[in-house]
Amino acid sequence: MVSFTINSEDVSFDGDPGTPLLWVIRDHLELRGTKFGCGIGQCGACTVHVDGVAQRSCVTPVSTAAGRRITTIEGLAPSPDSLHPVQQAWLEHDVPQCGYCQAGQIMAAVDFLNRHPQPSDADIDASITNICRCGTYVRIRKAIHRAAELAAREKS
Amino acid sequence: MNGQAGQYCVTRRQVLVAGLGAAGSLVVGLPAFAYEEQGQRTLGFFIRIIADGSVLVGLKDPEIGQGLRTAVPMMVAEELDIDWGRVRIEQMPLGIVKTADGYAWKYGGGQGVGGSTGLTSNWNLMRQVGADARRQLIRAAARRLGVDESECGTRPGSVVCASRDTEIPYGDLVVEAATLPAPDDPAPLRGMDDYRIIGTRRQTIDARDIVTGKAMYGIDTMRPDMRYAVIARASVLNARVKSFDDSKARAIEGVLDVFTIEGPEPGEPYIILASGVAVVATSTWAAMQGRTALDIEWENSPNAADSSERFWRENEEMLRGDGQVVLDDGDYDAAMAAAAKTVMHQYRVPFVSHAPLEPQNCYAFVEADKCHIIAPTQMPAGASRAAHAVTGIPRENIRVDMTRVGGGFGRRLTNDYVAEAAMISKKTGWPIKLVWSREDDIKHDFYRPGGLHEMHAGVDAEGRVTAWAQRLASGSKYYRRPDMPDENLYQAELYVDDFPRRIIDNVRMEYFHNPIGLPRGSWRAPAHTANAFVIQSFIDEIAHETGQDPLRLRLDLLGEPRELEYSGHGGPTFNPGRLARLLRFVAERIDYGKRLPKGRGIGIASHFTFGGYAAHAMEVTVADGKLAIERIVAAIDCGFAVHPNGVDAQLQGGTIDGLSTALGLEITVKDGRVQQSNFDDYPLARIAMVPSLFETHILNYDDVPTGVGEIGIPSAAPALTNAIFAATGMRIRALPVLGQLGTDTRWDATSAASKQI
Repeated sequence: MVSFTINSEDVSFDGDPGTPLLWVIRDHLELRGTKFGCGIGQCGACTVHVDGVAQRSCVTPVSTAAGRRITTIEGLAPSPDSLHPVQQAWLEHDVPQCGYCQAGQIMAAVDFLNRHPQPSDADIDASITNICRCGTYVRIRKAIHRAAELAAREKS
Repeated sequence: MNGQAGQYCVTRRQVLVAGLGAAGSLVVGLPAFAYEEQGQRTLGFFIRIIADGSVLVGLKDPEIGQGLRTAVPMMVAEELDIDWGRVRIEQMPLGIVKTADGYAWKYGGGQGVGGSTGLTSNWNLMRQVGADARRQLIRAAARRLGVDESECGTRPGSVVCASRDTEIPYGDLVVEAATLPAPDDPAPLRGMDDYRIIGTRRQTIDARDIVTGKAMYGIDTMRPDMRYAVIARASVLNARVKSFDDSKARAIEGVLDVFTIEGPEPGEPYIILASGVAVVATSTWAAMQGRTALDIEWENSPNAADSSERFWRENEEMLRGDGQVVLDDGDYDAAMAAAAKTVMHQYRVPFVSHAPLEPQNCYAFVEADKCHIIAPTQMPAGASRAAHAVTGIPRENIRVDMTRVGGGFGRRLTNDYVAEAAMISKKTGWPIKLVWSREDDIKHDFYRPGGLHEMHAGVDAEGRVTAWAQRLASGSKYYRRPDMPDENLYQAELYVDDFPRRIIDNVRMEYFHNPIGLPRGSWRAPAHTANAFVIQSFIDEIAHETGQDPLRLRLDLLGEPRELEYSGHGGPTFNPGRLARLLRFVAERIDYGKRLPKGRGIGIASHFTFGGYAAHAMEVTVADGKLAIERIVAAIDCGFAVHPNGVDAQLQGGTIDGLSTALGLEITVKDGRVQQSNFDDYPLARIAMVPSLFETHILNYDDVPTGVGEIGIPSAAPALTNAIFAATGMRIRALPVLGQLGTDTRWDATSAASKQI
């Protein structure tokens, strides 16, 4: 039995502890905003936060989540009526096309901005490696810069 | 698509106007769109006016990221006269109706997206739906007020009657509007000058759902009692299951059943790609674990010796002989003999995979006499045919629901995964969701065909191109299509009316088919991606080898605006002057001709794709074997941009798709096995490839829109390789570029990916 919190709710899983966190989140907890893209930690569609740090859940055994705080795209916004600054920036730059990768992109960007509150383009190039098959990268880059502005404004 | 020939005919009135149903609900004589619930106020198939005055628009075609879910309600809102913020959109299911001799479309138009036709197939229909509904509401108001309808007009969301100083919200008029007989003639449509929504910048209608994780895709389907399925597939093309030992698989907790799935005979048309072993379980992971634990023995395959090495060697050998002449304008041989200079080069375009980020998946529930399919598909009627083919259930008893699709790119024109899911549900009797892994997807695709192109040109003493030939040896996309004669295989690979036909007098095209066993299909802008790379590279080479400027030579060839006959998809005409306009524009924006330091260069290219026009200019640096794309200028002429924000998105995404593919992607085969398997060895571009200096421009031409999903891709790759030549003097004649410049390229962030987070 593995117990952890997901989006502030206590949950537990009593299946194979080697099951990737992704499939526990999707099939068992029925939170389907976190996506399956590659299964080998390459594309980042499955990115969630473990204790606030971005992690690719398709290669994260659920056993390693024991006692941790997991956040998925559904739990990112501070309240149902509001958005996280990264989500807000994604809307302002109208990033999504098919949209399938965007939950992972956003979760990766949130963690990235925690570590690089004033990122340069080079910082983005070096750290953001999530795949967008539709090629929304032009807008993702703008939205990350915009989110940095929004977050700075929120803090001040 | 099929069914157009059926006797069943949807009249304008049936499509556009509603009737009053039982219990006060509004339904037409035919079922109302999407869901029939009591108390809903529905105008025809497509419009439902909610009591609060908001409007729900039904979308007949699937959303694959191309933006139809935003563009179509823009059309309706414009003509119906509703504020944009009051419009919502809902996906309709497949609608087909049985006729005496087959099936016909229920909603008055075909359903499905491919060939950049989604926007155009909705443009007249859905504007008319909005306009006719608006007229019905006006007529209802006029009748209620006892005035002539000419005294009534609308403002967003309501009918206004100035003479009575009255305003009636649409929501109050729907019952009367639906019961009034509708006129037979279509209501007049607005002119371009009156648009207040069409042609303006609007946010993607689902953006908020997407960024909050609420948008649901096929793979997110969950239904009562649903089981999960995966299929173990042969690594050798067309290999069949000989036997398997499932004892270890069945020992895994959650595994429920294991059985063989039969595939088509090698060489026969595909229903599914090939045979395999299905594993059904109580969760996705259990099914995947069960698959890993299988011990399968495969039969020998007739394709066990297929290899890329052999494919390319055979293509070279074929090109030394005579092929099928599929176009022979003027007197090519005489023009070549008379030329002051001739130019010849070969170009290699590889097989590539679609790799949409949402892996293939399908929910199927096959019962004795009916079937329910929920799938991410570009062709829902194909899904219906696939389910029928493997279950025998009449198509009118097969419900097909379309989900939002996590990328199409042509992969989901083929419904093999629907057939697989239906087979598994039929065998088990359970509702099941089939999920492919990424390895399934990359190793078992309908790939974009690879081919070797040999180009010839004759140039006279003044530098005019007087003769042109394209000789292509490739694996045709039409391989294993039903009822496809060999002499038509070229049609999927050589679009004979493309540039430079009717511009250069003496043009020959010759085709050679290579029957390699790799499955193939339509990959975003199909043969245009290969042909634009080849043609736009070759034009550059002709210019350089005859001492001409590549832009000048292109502009001289394209000439002034004029309509040339174009019989292929995207016709009936092709206007080369529209390409010239775009080329001039991007050249000016990027300051073409400016002095650049060593190792830096600018490349340009343009192409006409499915009715739309695009041009690219790119500036690159190549230093120490590293490529950096410094700047991209892309321009599109799609006639008239209905949803400009979406057009920009498609131009950005198409450009990046073209570059990503040209830079790093290739599917290869050895010993009958596809050698790539996932994003570690099939490295789609990451954000680092894309320069900060990336601008897109929409140059409207008239008031006739074309779709834009595929227009932005074809000219991207040759603009890049022409820029690489300008920077280095190195001509890229084989894709992908990766590995040809010396060391790794700056954009290749795959090594970082495995380390990061």
